Amino acid sequence: MDTVLFIIFAIVAIVAGFNVVLQRHPISSALSLVGVMGSLAVLYLLLGAEFMAMAQMIVYGGAVMVLFIFVIMLLNAGAEKPSSKAWFAQIAGLPLLLAFIATLGFLIYSALPGLRAVEFGSWTMGTAEEIGKLLFTQYLLPFEVISVLILIAILGAVVLALKEID
Amino acid sequence: MHFSPVPLSWYLTLSAILFVLGVAGFIYRKSVITVFLSIELMLNGVNLTFIAFSYQLHRIDGHIYSLFVMVVAAAEAAVGLAIILTVFKNRGTLQIDEVDTLKL
Amino acid sequence: MTFFIVTLIKIVIVFAVFMTTLAYLQWIERKVLAHIQSRTGPLRVGPHGLMQPLADVFKLLTKEDVFPPFVNRFFYLLAPFIAVCLALITISIVPFGPEIEVAGVRTYMQIGDVHVGILLVLAITAVSVYGVALAGWSSNNKYSLLGGLRSSAQMISYELPLSLAIVSPLLLANQLSFRAISDSQAGYYLGFIPRWNIFQAPFPQIFAFIIFLIAAFAETNRIPFDLPEAENELVAGFHTEYSSMKFACFFMAEYANIVNITCVATLLFLGAWHPLFPAPYSNWVAPLVFLLAALSCFAQAAQPRRKNDQYTFPLFGVVFLVLTAIFVVAALEIVPVLSTILLSIFWFLAKVGLLIFAFIWVRGTLPRFRYDQLMHFAWTFLFPVSLLNLLITGLLVALFPERI
Repeated sequence: MDTVLFIIFAIVAIVAGFNVVLQRHPISSALSLVGVMGSLAVLYLLLGAEFMAMAQMIVYGGAVMVLFIFVIMLLNAGAEKPSSKAWFAQIAGLPLLLAFIATLGFLIYSALPGLRAVEFGSWTMGTAEEIGKLLFTQYLLPFEVISVLILIAILGAVVLALKEID
Repeated sequence: MHFSPVPLSWYLTLSAILFVLGVAGFIYRKSVITVFLSIELMLNGVNLTFIAFSYQLHRIDGHIYSLFVMVVAAAEAAVGLAIILTVFKNRGTLQIDEVDTLKL
Repeated sequence: MTFFIVTLIKIVIVFAVFMTTLAYLQWIERKVLAHIQSRTGPLRVGPHGLMQPLADVFKLLTKEDVFPPFVNRFFYLLAPFIAVCLALITISIVPFGPEIEVAGVRTYMQIGDVHVGILLVLAITAVSVYGVALAGWSSNNKYSLLGGLRSSAQMISYELPLSLAIVSPLLLANQLSFRAISDSQAGYYLGFIPRWNIFQAPFPQIFAFIIFLIAAFAETNRIPFDLPEAENELVAGFHTEYSSMKFACFFMAEYANIVNITCVATLLFLGAWHPLFPAPYSNWVAPLVFLLAALSCFAQAAQPRRKNDQYTFPLFGVVFLVLTAIFVVAALEIVPVLSTILLSIFWFLAKVGLLIFAFIWVRGTLPRFRYDQLMHFAWTFLFPVSLLNLLITGLLVALFPERI
């Protein structure tokens, strides 16, 4: 059951990920990314991270991506024009990417011995309660810093968006 | 019902694939919005790694890191989209390689 | 194995009842609106217009499926699917009653309980923006696009007060699952004041409830916040280009969202299935209500205003009398399981029904907001007030940690 669920949602994530990169129209890319995020949320659930799964859907799926789609709709962004300027990327890009993924795969399978097997429900610490406890004790300073970061981001966004066209 | 376990390395491989796809989109695509989406894809791959290692170590610190990544991604999206809006207002285009002069 | 069979039975029952409710909700809305406006509403199809939903379904199914030529085909078809699928999820985690034991099987009156139930509801609400936004964008129509843009901005803005209003009862219950939240509201203060969250001890959540209701109106795109589909300025907004079954999907999603949000309001604030006053007396509310309904039906039948009334109203009266008899049996607790099921469902549905009536009542009463007023209201009034409410609740919960 675990394997079946993993394979289904991994395939959905990979296909949608390819779609993000290959689709010409930004709105198709954005919705494919929502698909990636949804399937990743299911995988988080399988990994026992129930709070993170829901946070993924609320923050990423419900706020960040809606903002993206809102901007795409607002600017009425059309399909992207293909350009042939980046000759280096076209020649060396694919081999380098393949080399990159091969390195990562090699690291995962050789440099990380003793990886567990993921069994759904065998580790259930990822509840909101546990995360809240850790967030407000050990990670209190990062938490406060990140709230300041968000405040700065809001101010920056407002200032940028209100700027008149020169 | 029998729950057959999945090796953790599969999750890590998936996150590696998603990360590399994000890199590919970041390099190849020319629309500002799609470049941003590719960055989000990379961040999602990293988040999956955090949560997978969290399972490996049976500690929830990884969940907190990935929560922070999410928050930073949200902040980045807000500022980034504001920049995109300004660029579109000033230059009338969303193609990265057409925004190549410092002055209009 | 029994788990699967029991769950399957529960799913079938809940799904059948839910779909019928959705069909009849439209009839109820038309009737109530008609009576608010001194009209009679649907009367022709079936006794007292009761077959109207069936006629509507046939009409929508057999209508021509217009496919506009310049739409983005994939997203145009995807949007109603997203809307209706997401709207049907929430009901699966709503508890309708306590744990019961039927034929040796112990089960909850709930399809499935999720640890992070309320977060799941928030996630579904957050994602359901896509249905409307995509419908507006893919229709390739200026009015639809405006409707879609308005709705995404509105839903994002009102999600904040909604979430903040949800957080304060969660502080009281200390749990995220609906079952635990409902259980935490059982019991009575001084033997007669219910422990519902709107009466809960350190700080009664009445303000949170009002904020939640206002935000719920906006989230479900109802009057006074129905700007995304304003008929007279946007010609129905995002679903202008949709016809027949695809239109019906949006319609169904809208009503399903109303039922969902009222269910969540009942669970969070109105004490789920727990009655207004203690058990042996509260048992008799249900028979009394149905008896009154039967009596008023017979009174109507005595002075028929239309020709058919002399046949239909006595029929309804008899139906209500049968219901009265059933609930008298339930109130006497002759079969304990049956009375638990019937009474908890009665109390739950009564609360949900009252809230839905409030939704329709508001629709019949209030005019529409202007768009800038809507945003102004959300950000400068509703959001600060909900933040203040959350602060006071948190402070009082911290000061009085042990439950009274």
